[in-house]
Amino acid sequence: MTRHALATIGRATFFAVVLGFFSLPLLWLASAPFDAHPSITTSLPEFTFGNFRSLLDNPYVMSSLRNSLLQAAGSAALVVVLAALAAYALSRVRVPGRDALLYVLLLLSSVVTGTAAMVPLFELATRLNLIDTHLGVILTLSGGLLPAAIFILKDFMDGTPTSYEESARVFGASPLQILRHIVIPLVRPGLATIAVWAVANVWGSFLQPFILLRDPDKSPGAVILYTLYTEGGAPRLDLISTFSLLYSLPVVVMYVFVSRRYGFRFHGGIKR
Amino acid sequence: MSQADPSGLGRARAVGFVLPGLVLIGIFLIFPALWTIYLGLTDYRLTGLAAANPQVVGLDNYTTALGDDRFRNSLWLTVQYVLGSAVVGQAALGFAIAWMLRNRPGPVKRVTEGLVLLAWILPSSVVAFLWIALLDRDEGTLNALLHTPGFAWLLDYPMSSIIVFNIWRGTAFSMMLYGAALENVPPSHLETARLAGASTFQQLRDVVFPRIKGHVLTNLLLISLWTFNDFTSFQLTAGGPEGRSEILPVYIYNVALSGGQLGFGAAISFLVLLINLVFAFIYLRLLRGRRKVVVP
Repeated sequence: MTRHALATIGRATFFAVVLGFFSLPLLWLASAPFDAHPSITTSLPEFTFGNFRSLLDNPYVMSSLRNSLLQAAGSAALVVVLAALAAYALSRVRVPGRDALLYVLLLLSSVVTGTAAMVPLFELATRLNLIDTHLGVILTLSGGLLPAAIFILKDFMDGTPTSYEESARVFGASPLQILRHIVIPLVRPGLATIAVWAVANVWGSFLQPFILLRDPDKSPGAVILYTLYTEGGAPRLDLISTFSLLYSLPVVVMYVFVSRRYGFRFHGGIKR
Repeated sequence: MSQADPSGLGRARAVGFVLPGLVLIGIFLIFPALWTIYLGLTDYRLTGLAAANPQVVGLDNYTTALGDDRFRNSLWLTVQYVLGSAVVGQAALGFAIAWMLRNRPGPVKRVTEGLVLLAWILPSSVVAFLWIALLDRDEGTLNALLHTPGFAWLLDYPMSSIIVFNIWRGTAFSMMLYGAALENVPPSHLETARLAGASTFQQLRDVVFPRIKGHVLTNLLLISLWTFNDFTSFQLTAGGPEGRSEILPVYIYNVALSGGQLGFGAAISFLVLLINLVFAFIYLRLLRGRRKVVVP
């Protein structure tokens, strides 16, 4: 009996410590944005929505959200289209060395990280006149995301039957028509997963936009947030905390959406 | 209809479909990796004489690095960071949470998993700032809780701070992976072991571990690789004070892009690339034949 009681107490203590550890840093994100006089200490807020209004009035912050959206949407579109085309061809046509190619690409995408390639990526962007452009950020990030996207989508395509395509072909449909009207509807969950995964990745990326963009007018929220704190002298805590919350929301919403709807967990784990 | 091409795409069109993706990967992933090798053999700089006319200096960058205290310090800090926050911290805490949550549906499980996952999916700039607010010297929540006003965690214990930070940030992956792995352990085996009088430690060692060995290895490889390449700590300490938390990714940034020594930075990058290659190679050998892929 004592042993049982001890085990219960031990378990309760364990969960209390874990919950405390994981929630402590998050408390500030829950309280400060609604506090009329936010300090850096977590405290019960003097409740207000005024911080959100002053955020909307700050042009810097709003333009950075637009930049984040542009870079995330651009990368996601590029990754989904290029990966879908490549995955479809690789899934349906048996080219020699296909599996080896896929594995090498996957290997490279986890090896050539932003950290390992920051110098050549910076150099490459400089020579191609891509410094300070959205396109530079989009192409750089897409290049890193594509191999895994192709790999996962090819798996999806392998799992869809080819009999529809064969009948469509009998009726004279062109390959592009087959792709548009038959294959894409079949693999839509896969495409949605890849799109959300790409958006979340780009939305949270700091290093690449940080080194490729100088102009704060082009910087995404992830970079602006950092500069608001480090270069602003006395940090505008009302802005920073409110912006943090606003910037986190899309990622959390997308995560919940994808894991509810498709049963996937992305961002560090696309599992099957 | 041939078996090799059921949808009648044709080889030429197939190549046309694959090519755009491969070109992008080639330019923005493969070429930079190869270019690092070359840049690492030069004295290329961001500004000045060596910017206009870089010279090939052979292995000078590597010999300089090996003799450089700052580099060796950074390497040692990186080892501490990977071992402390990933191999020991995330893996152990992730396993402990998964183990305590097994067969335990209900609010405790949902809330715990939700919070741990939240730390993992929030953008890195946001979590970095949350920790700055937590650890702040004058008004940080931690000092308020511990009644230690004015204690400068990030200045006095920069390395411990970023290690604990990264445990907080990344435990979710280990928790999810081990959670899935533990479902493969039949409860009846654990029950039998318990009835035979095995302690929890013996159950873990003799019943659980043999069944999740593969997952443990996969987990350790991936979280080590990710932690090794993690740049988020830059937003907490920027490597300081005085380089006391300057792990390799931050070191490369400070030396190459901030300090302008692009050639030297590229040489260090190449070393990072090689170490990544070792991790990834072992991982893919394990992965072969299994239909499962994990991406950062």
